[in-house]
Amino acid sequence: MTSPHGAPEPSPLYGVLGEFADADSLLEAAHKVREAGYVRTDAYAPMPIHGLAEALGAKRTKLPLLVLLGGIIGGLAGYGLCYYCSVIAYPMNIGGRPVHSWPAFIPVTFETTILGAAITAVLGMLALNGLPMPYHPLFNVDDFNQASQNRFFLCIESADKKFDEALASDFLRSIGATHVTSVEN
Amino acid sequence: MATVHSDQRSATAALAEAPVLAPGHSYGSITDKISSIVLTKGTSRGWLFGLAISFMLVQVFLVSVVYLIARGVGIWGINVPVGWGFAIVIFVWWVGIGHAGTLISAVLLLLNQSWRTSINRFAEAMTLFAVVCAGMYPLLHLGRIWLFYWLMPIPNTMGIWPQFRSPLLWDVFAVSTYMTVSFLFWYTGLIPDLATLRDRAQNRFGKVTYGILSFGWRGSARHWRRFDAAYLLLAGIATPLVVSVHTVVGFDFAMSIIPGWHNTLFPPYFVAGAIYSGFAMVLTLAIPLRAAYGLQDFITDRHLENMAKVMLATSLMVSYGYVMEVFFGFYSANTYEEYLTRNRMVGPYAPAFWSLILCNVLTPQLLWFRAIRLSPVLLWCIAIVANIGMWLERFVIVITSLHRDFLPSSWGMFYPTFWDWSTYIGTIGVFFFLLFLFIRFLPVISIFEMRELLHKSEEEHHHD
Repeated sequence: MTSPHGAPEPSPLYGVLGEFADADSLLEAAHKVREAGYVRTDAYAPMPIHGLAEALGAKRTKLPLLVLLGGIIGGLAGYGLCYYCSVIAYPMNIGGRPVHSWPAFIPVTFETTILGAAITAVLGMLALNGLPMPYHPLFNVDDFNQASQNRFFLCIESADKKFDEALASDFLRSIGATHVTSVEN
Repeated sequence: MATVHSDQRSATAALAEAPVLAPGHSYGSITDKISSIVLTKGTSRGWLFGLAISFMLVQVFLVSVVYLIARGVGIWGINVPVGWGFAIVIFVWWVGIGHAGTLISAVLLLLNQSWRTSINRFAEAMTLFAVVCAGMYPLLHLGRIWLFYWLMPIPNTMGIWPQFRSPLLWDVFAVSTYMTVSFLFWYTGLIPDLATLRDRAQNRFGKVTYGILSFGWRGSARHWRRFDAAYLLLAGIATPLVVSVHTVVGFDFAMSIIPGWHNTLFPPYFVAGAIYSGFAMVLTLAIPLRAAYGLQDFITDRHLENMAKVMLATSLMVSYGYVMEVFFGFYSANTYEEYLTRNRMVGPYAPAFWSLILCNVLTPQLLWFRAIRLSPVLLWCIAIVANIGMWLERFVIVITSLHRDFLPSSWGMFYPTFWDWSTYIGTIGVFFFLLFLFIRFLPVISIFEMRELLHKSEEEHHHD
């Protein structure tokens, strides 16, 4: 059966998931998986592990650039707002100050810069991560709820060109996985 | 290279006698310990009692607000020379308390201080709830609260706009930005912990609720990296924000022409005062919290000691501010400034001024002694004194500057009324009500950051 767009039916398998004893062996395994040529992989850990995403071959995140842009847009919007209200829309003599009293516009500009940057940082992080995503095939794995507590996992996804269920499972075992499961879609 | 490192490390270890995490913990035990506060069935009597008391105070607050709106701001003790009474004193007090939370979570993150980890979560929560309390005052003290939205730049049929030259409008932007960013920072840090709670919850309701709140976080390495980047960026953003917010609050006074207010020292001095009072409040909350929930393994003596040191440092900055205020009062050769300085010391509000010196300058000097820093009970008492002292500081700045300024025919006195006090006590109730709910429903200590701390300390241990 094919979908209305004629794309092939998604594989019933999401991938194979290997469990590793600790953070160090997960990091080591991540390096090996990448060396073996697997691209569509991901590791799961209860806390950030320095260098893990890089070991899997993740590119630099664009987030800082987005945050910079968010900040610049926020700042321009803030100053533009002050300028528009005070100079263009309804110029008034307030306490004898010049209409374009720029030093008085700085605090608002500053705060909107911060606001723009902060909102971009959070929403950008969530968007780039594809969150919120309450359902994910990995949640089908019984032990996976331990990934947020004290266990370490590495998944080779079926979307990978090199993927073969048996080979990938054996490979995970060979690089130190203590337990390997197939993840259904 | 390696030996240099280990030498440094042993030197640091010798300096820091108490660990930031008691030995013998694993990822599992940290997770169990912290999440059990949330996931245990039934509630402790102490918690229920605290929640009930604070809920009653919330009612006091609501009654005060309803009466205020019905009768007008005249129910407070404010008058013509002293238009800003308790409302502004307490607004600044609450905003100040909020600042330690951001300082702990943001500035200490940037400075790579591992001791922040076990106190940042509830310090951030404290910020948020303190800002909730603070944020109500600028609205409540409006004579016509129902027109508050005129402060927002909303296009309207009258074609009028807010006036961007007033620090009170800057306050609107500063406090609402601070509230939003503190919330985002706090919530971002909660996402991985909410996922932990989702995975550990025993019942369906818990699983679904924490599942929705955690956005489906699954701890992916790629996600963690963006998360780290976002968290660090937020810390970098929040640091200038926290400085700017209390600066803007300081501008409310410093931009005026009132003697005792028109003072260029105010922005940094207000920020230092905010950090001082904020750390005092963190200690006020952390000491009972760790005793009640047995969190001594995570909030160790080292944390209490470090917070006491920050309090001491900022108390010295604040004291410097007091000295400079007095010095410039006389150095200015301005009659009004001189009179103000004298009036603070020997005028009708002199008891407030001298109590403030006692609370903020003299009492914190006890923190020079290690034995006092390591005694939770004494430290808690000093923190309470500091909270009172910082309250008095705002009282002295606001009231004494206003009640006697340029025209002696416009001199007066300010006496707070029942409704001044009931609104203030009511906000304390709101603060603690939110805090008690937070303790019960969200992890008070950041679980994933504690795991990270453990991972790092294990790594160091391996390399030795």
